[in-house]
Amino acid sequence: MRTTAITAQPGSAQHRPDSFDVERVRRDFPILQRTINGKPLVYLDNAATGQKPQAVIDTISRYYAAENANIHRGVHRLSVDATAAYEGARAKVQRFIGAARPEEIIFVRSATEAINLVAQAYLRPMLEPGDEVLISTMEHHSNIVPWQIVCEQTGSVLRVVPINDAGEYMFEEYEQLLSSRTRLVAVTHVSNALGTINPVRRIIEVAHQRDIPVLVDGAQAAPHLAIDVKELDCDFYAISGHKMFGPSGIGALYGKYELLDDMPPYQGGGEMILSVSFEGTVYNHVPHKFEAGTPNIAGAIGLGATVDYLQQIGLDNIAAYEHELLDYATEALSGVPDVRLIGTAKHKAAVLSFLVGDIHPHDVGTILDLEGIAVRTGHHCAQPVMQRFGITATARASLALYNTTAEIDALVAGVGKVRKVFG
Amino acid sequence: MSALTDLYQQLILDHNKSPRNRRKLEPADGRAEGYNPLCGDRVTVYLSLDGDVVRDIAFEGSGCAISTAAASMMTQRLKGKSVSEAKSLFEKFRRLLTDEHGVGDGGPELGKLEAFGGVRRFPARVKCATLVWHTLNAALENREDIVSTE
Ligand SMILES: Cc1ncc(COP(=O)(O)O)c(C=O)c1O
Repeated sequence: MRTTAITAQPGSAQHRPDSFDVERVRRDFPILQRTINGKPLVYLDNAATGQKPQAVIDTISRYYAAENANIHRGVHRLSVDATAAYEGARAKVQRFIGAARPEEIIFVRSATEAINLVAQAYLRPMLEPGDEVLISTMEHHSNIVPWQIVCEQTGSVLRVVPINDAGEYMFEEYEQLLSSRTRLVAVTHVSNALGTINPVRRIIEVAHQRDIPVLVDGAQAAPHLAIDVKELDCDFYAISGHKMFGPSGIGALYGKYELLDDMPPYQGGGEMILSVSFEGTVYNHVPHKFEAGTPNIAGAIGLGATVDYLQQIGLDNIAAYEHELLDYATEALSGVPDVRLIGTAKHKAAVLSFLVGDIHPHDVGTILDLEGIAVRTGHHCAQPVMQRFGITATARASLALYNTTAEIDALVAGVGKVRKVFG
Repeated sequence: MSALTDLYQQLILDHNKSPRNRRKLEPADGRAEGYNPLCGDRVTVYLSLDGDVVRDIAFEGSGCAISTAAASMMTQRLKGKSVSEAKSLFEKFRRLLTDEHGVGDGGPELGKLEAFGGVRRFPARVKCATLVWHTLNAALENREDIVSTE
């Protein structure tokens, strides 16, 4: 499994890939030149959204400045070119996540919409009262609420795999919770609140032994790990453009072709039909069946550009570098008195959720902001995780390919300042 | 004053460290719960009234320094005051935090509550300071439903 690259090399300075030059990467992101409150911006809120490289910004503005047209419906040159660019972006996403065919990629608004699409168009028609959907405690609200809604609509039951004190998926409990009524397993690849990297490959294998399909929420994985949906053998995989340094308002759902082909449409409108009359409508083929109306064309093309950008740097290089950063940051933060890390999984992405004594995370966030350091504070749209740890909120530093050890030092100094104010 | 010391004034830090009137009040003539979905913080305000006068007032809950100090200082300020005074203080307090034209004249003085003036520079934190006041409003109307800052 390619994604093990991040854990196979315990990050240390010696392992830094020669091909990865963080200073060069930083120059690709214009916003990193900004100052906040008179201090250089230290952007550590990447799990909320990623910053955008110039290549993505240029692609979008070039599209609007020189290439804009609606797609799939014009004979004129601009429309033909825009259609080719849009479908080209689909093929890029397909290769990026290792899907077998481009039709298996459906453009959506967000990872949230991808999950809702599966809940409503795939799961809802098959759910009977008493059926079960199995998720986990560490899911983002967007991988909880769509399943709650569909369970409510059908009289099905939501079941939840617990996590341990380190914030790890409890595999034995998972196996016990799988039942003859389980109709779908949904799990996040990487936890946004804890950083945990889940053993999705094994989760899928066990579910498949019982013919249960699996949806993987890859919103937090795509910016950091190499993904191969064929190798994972997942049935659905959701990604989010804005989290992977692409535009907001665009995401993608991967689904196995046979599943998508069998599913009814999600929304009705233009583009998703072959012919319409008042007697009846013939739906378009996959993927267009699921892309009703004029899609986010610029967003999709921008997503293609971000995929190009990430592949050019190499996800394995990114993963190795971020692991090095994570080790550095974990050690540095653990060394600050009163700091408690929430989420200490063995396999972790570069997310550090933490508490400083009994100082409220919002106060931590405000003081860090005055130092130019952007962290997220709150429940991170994962309230069940907070409840599991008996807290209401954390401060969270989530790292990306352009962060540096100097920025971690700034964070640690900022936390020192927090302690001084509240000392 | 730097933005930092302007926001976290000593008075606010003191009230955060040792909040006044943080306890349950039973029986209460008014009680309401406030919720800030942004941070998940909850606060409960209890009121006991003597006609139109606040005989006792207390709160429960824990939140950030701004919200804890706001609750502590609000309860301290309102004991013995009339309901209409409480309402006009809230209006002044709200304007202190949000209104560029200042707090206006007339009515009761904000006094120590002016320590929250620094919050104005932190729009993301205004709700931390006003949550307990919104909750007070609900308690005055003895509404049992949860008020939210959203
Ligand atoms: C794990 C996880 N899943 C899903 C989402 C939702 O993604 P989107 O913003 O694309 O709807 C997020 C975003 O915070 C996330 O972290």
